[in-house]
Amino acid sequence: MGSSRFTIKKVAKDLVKNSLIGSAVLLLITAASITAAAEVNIYSAREENLIKPILDRYTAQTGTKINLVTGGADELIKRLELEGVNSPADLLLTVDVGRLLRAKDADLLQPVDSDILEDVIPVQYRDSNGYWFGVSLRSRVIVYDKARVDPAQLSTYEALADPKWKGKICVRSSTNIYNQSLTAAMVSHNGVEVTEQWARGLVANLARNPQGGDRDQINAIAAGQCELALVNTYYLAGMLKSTVGNDKSTAESVGVFWPNQQGRGAHINISGAGVTKSAKNTEAAIELLEFMVSEEAQQWYADVNDEFPVRAGIAASEILQSWGEFKADNIPLEQLGIHNADAVRLMDRAGWK
Amino acid sequence: MNKLLADRAPRGASSFLTSPVRLSTIAIAALCLLLSIPVLTVFWSITNSSDGVWQHLVDTLLFDYVRDSALLMLGVGVSVLVLGVLPAWLVTMTKFPGSRILEWALVLPLAIPAYIIAYTYTGLLDVGGPMQVMIRDTFELRYGDYWFPQIRSLGGAIAMLSLVLYPYVYLLSRMAFLEQSICVLEVSRTLGASPTKAFFRVAVPLARPAIIAGLSLVLMETLADYGTVQYFGVSAFTTGIFRTWFGLGSSVAAAQLSALLLLFIMTLVLAEQWSRRQSRYHHTSNKYSRLPKIKLRGWKLTGALIYCVLPVLAGFLIPFVQLCLWTLETWDLVDRQGFIVLAYNSLRLAATAALIALFLGVLIVYSRRLRPDMFMRGAFRILGLGYAIPGTVIAVGVLIPFAWFDNTIDAWMRENFSISTGLMFSGTLIALVFAYIVRFLPVAMNTVDAGMGKIKPSMDDVGRSMGLGSFAILRRIHAPIMRGSLLTAALLVFVDVLKELPATLILRPFNFNTLAIRTYELANQERLAEAASSALMIVLAGIIPVIILSYTISRSRPGNDIRT
Repeated sequence: MGSSRFTIKKVAKDLVKNSLIGSAVLLLITAASITAAAEVNIYSAREENLIKPILDRYTAQTGTKINLVTGGADELIKRLELEGVNSPADLLLTVDVGRLLRAKDADLLQPVDSDILEDVIPVQYRDSNGYWFGVSLRSRVIVYDKARVDPAQLSTYEALADPKWKGKICVRSSTNIYNQSLTAAMVSHNGVEVTEQWARGLVANLARNPQGGDRDQINAIAAGQCELALVNTYYLAGMLKSTVGNDKSTAESVGVFWPNQQGRGAHINISGAGVTKSAKNTEAAIELLEFMVSEEAQQWYADVNDEFPVRAGIAASEILQSWGEFKADNIPLEQLGIHNADAVRLMDRAGWK
Repeated sequence: MNKLLADRAPRGASSFLTSPVRLSTIAIAALCLLLSIPVLTVFWSITNSSDGVWQHLVDTLLFDYVRDSALLMLGVGVSVLVLGVLPAWLVTMTKFPGSRILEWALVLPLAIPAYIIAYTYTGLLDVGGPMQVMIRDTFELRYGDYWFPQIRSLGGAIAMLSLVLYPYVYLLSRMAFLEQSICVLEVSRTLGASPTKAFFRVAVPLARPAIIAGLSLVLMETLADYGTVQYFGVSAFTTGIFRTWFGLGSSVAAAQLSALLLLFIMTLVLAEQWSRRQSRYHHTSNKYSRLPKIKLRGWKLTGALIYCVLPVLAGFLIPFVQLCLWTLETWDLVDRQGFIVLAYNSLRLAATAALIALFLGVLIVYSRRLRPDMFMRGAFRILGLGYAIPGTVIAVGVLIPFAWFDNTIDAWMRENFSISTGLMFSGTLIALVFAYIVRFLPVAMNTVDAGMGKIKPSMDDVGRSMGLGSFAILRRIHAPIMRGSLLTAALLVFVDVLKELPATLILRPFNFNTLAIRTYELANQERLAEAASSALMIVLAGIIPVIILSYTISRSRPGNDIRT
């Protein structure tokens, strides 16, 4: 028995030693953070390779150090929520408006008053009180098999429920936030009941169970499994630019159709950001946000990520331009968050897996 | 019952109130409680209200979740037994060309994360993939003119999970076969049993605790899987948990779904325990000699070879080659600079977690052996559940208590000393490693338990009669006998942590990435080919421990050195 006692004593001793060292390190870190230059801590749902380059550029220009954690938006929001007032995060970045609204509803963001942000970002792409701001735009469009579909037959999202498309549509799961946001927008325009009918019609027209990502839907069209699909613009653009496998030829076999051009316009979502309520570096975070809508950053977003700039006067990438001008839905994006749970429930009832 | 316990526990340890190890008892109890917090946090959610989300679930998808998860478990359970047990016996007991290579090759699929094998096979077999394109081009067919299995389906998910998870069953049952005393097998043979009969009537039943241990790991991992089922559009329970949480914005209902999942697993585990009630699986003889391997010939040889090669081919070689091809194709596109740091981070985390898990696993299993009272057995059960909980749910279960602790201390310090301590543990590697331990400790515990369970209690008695203390018995008697199990436990956790994604994603500190995260981020952008290089590195990093694992197990047979 003596030996086990001895071990515990030793463990306890080690523990004390370690915690002493730990506190010393902590103190050092705290001391270091006081003397260091400006810093911004970001929780980002945008993947590292799609955001780090522009952040690095900002650091090079201003000397502001940027610390980054990437992850799923919902997980990051949960982390922010649980960490509470002591959360180190200053800025929350997401790739859809639904999550920004969720963060705002959970009381995790703070209102920001910035003339630059308000001047540059059109009012429908930001929160009316400055809780969040869109920094880039994407549209969810209908893509069609150029060989088998006459685009004159296409008109609106609503018309995808027309029985003439039976067995011809591919779409990914309703678990996907972009489908949820699109459906939420439709709920906002048409109400729950009409949208549920639409979802039922759409499900009845599916060529296969919802599965895969947006690129997979394009692959399925190219393979002849279906003729129409709903995809985000940057996925198609990414495939057209790709040098991998047969991505490019696959993407070239589909055409882009801008839906609802006679009516409200094509569905738009944003990637955006909000300053957290717990932010310790509020000023630096706002400056970074302002940089993200600057001409330089907006051009970068457009060229590298194939997203539509949120700032007027910046050209979209060549690929996006080649799909022509289009009319965008002007619905205030706040509406999408309000109707998100309704959308998910009606998709469940309609059997959209 | 008491008699039974007394039988298992070394004498002198049962009256623990008077025992001098009370301090360690308390320490171990505290440790178990600490580690149980995340699981208990999940259970705690049952008491909260979830605003009608449940009614909605019952009306719509709950049945689908239950059905798909049940089918998934059934399918994976049967497949891993088929893929794991017989090859383990074949490479242990028989000899055929290549059997020495297959011994370790059969473990290789363990190095491939389930989500990665799912991506690669989808890339190969999906409608737009090279296989189907080739079929269409060669025979000038259109989609729908020919039959082709649908990879993104429940069947596909079963296949993918089985292919990467069967090594658990293979490893543990092989270990059991190796440890079986030759006497039992010889007796069965002299009683007229054919090798086949000896396999089914003697070897498998004797290996049952090990096979079950492997199977339960597989089933728990299956239930916790999110990446594969989500990618394949299967409405499994985890899909439900995340959909409820994210889509319906109800983390309460999501946690309640997890709790339900846990209750179900607990029932399964208890049922299994009950079914083998008082049977014990110690070996009664210490007579080990080099296994006389049966030489296979003719169709038996062909059959055995095919049977053992197929799992390696489908579970490792095909996806591995595909990953290599993708890596070559995208070599110029990926950022290779960061790879060393990513690999270093991955390995460092995996090694730390593996060592801690091994230490705690042994501590807990041995404590239960010494004092199998209600508390220790209860703790063992609760701790054993971590493996079945999806990583994200565990992560939240870790975040809640850590953040609470940090914020409470911070508030107290502010109030009394006007000092803000901020977050001391949340968002550090300590929280992350803690989550790994909660999630993967069951792997270590099950493996150590399977090894220690085979050591007769009389061995402890012998040690005690020679004046050894509990710790000395563990170190000088148990450890040498079950060193294979110990290494297996550590390496399994190591490989598991290497592959782990969701908890790492949510709990890691700023500016800290691993190979799994890089892979996920690219795959999440639907750039599968570009994700291949980091995926390949996970696999390569996993292969080495996997081979060591297999090698050690081969040598772990007691009496391996004896020449006959």
